[in-house]
Amino acid sequence: MAARTEERVESQAPPSRGLLGTRGSRERPAGGFEMWAWLFMRISGIVLLFLAVGHVLIMHVVDEGIDRVDFGFVAVRWSDPLWLTWDWAMLTLALVHGINGLRVVVQDYVRPAGARFAVNMFFYTLGFILFVLGTVVVFTFDPSRWPGAA
Amino acid sequence: MNGGTHVAKRKSDVGTLYKGSPGQWSWIAHRITGVAVVLFLFVHIVDTAIIGWGPEAYDRVASVYQNWFVRLLELGLVAAVLYHALNGLKIMLFDFWPKTTRYMKQLSLLSTGIFLAAMIPITWIIGKATLELVGWL
Repeated sequence: MAARTEERVESQAPPSRGLLGTRGSRERPAGGFEMWAWLFMRISGIVLLFLAVGHVLIMHVVDEGIDRVDFGFVAVRWSDPLWLTWDWAMLTLALVHGINGLRVVVQDYVRPAGARFAVNMFFYTLGFILFVLGTVVVFTFDPSRWPGAA
Repeated sequence: MNGGTHVAKRKSDVGTLYKGSPGQWSWIAHRITGVAVVLFLFVHIVDTAIIGWGPEAYDRVASVYQNWFVRLLELGLVAAVLYHALNGLKIMLFDFWPKTTRYMKQLSLLSTGIFLAAMIPITWIIGKATLELVGWL
């Protein structure tokens, strides 16, 4: 009886539509892919809190900010394994975090199944290409090819 | 029917977690800043990759920042990353320690306060660089 009452109560609840077409809160996923995606967003979020906020403050705010960033600056930076690891970890986590975020946003605004699949596939493909590009650049960059520039 | 009302009350307790102010507004801001940052990220990976084509190509890309409008976008980017990070931290607090939702309003004010306080020196620094760039300082 209780279950049936609950069911009816749920269906009676009017769907709320706020700004940006929000339909109320999401239920927290209890298992499967969505639960792992939910957990990943939080774990990568904590790591990115340091990696991305740190990166933005170092590159754009402290010590003359972006004015000092040029080829030589990056060449010196990427000769240090710490910054290589930092940047590659940030690239990977930010891409997966961002594209999963887009997937959730797409779920809200792209209703037709075919269009949703196409938009998601576009972002997954773009994300994969950018991951490969970024990884190749981070690990093959060799400033000694341009002597005197760094 | 009384049972039904009781269940409905419990369900709505859960449902209002992200519904209505101030959670509604921070939800919208979280979404907008998140989408803005990931779109920048797509461009940023490509512009960084240009370093593989040598100093001339990369320094030309970096010189894009020698423009007052790009500097305003830069300030917006820093703000978006910072807001998204602080609000994300707040979301995790509510998610992993549900009892803290009792202080949702205070914690929302706190995270917004930290964000705004941090933006004061950041706006000063990037704003000063921008004014120097256009020759007003």
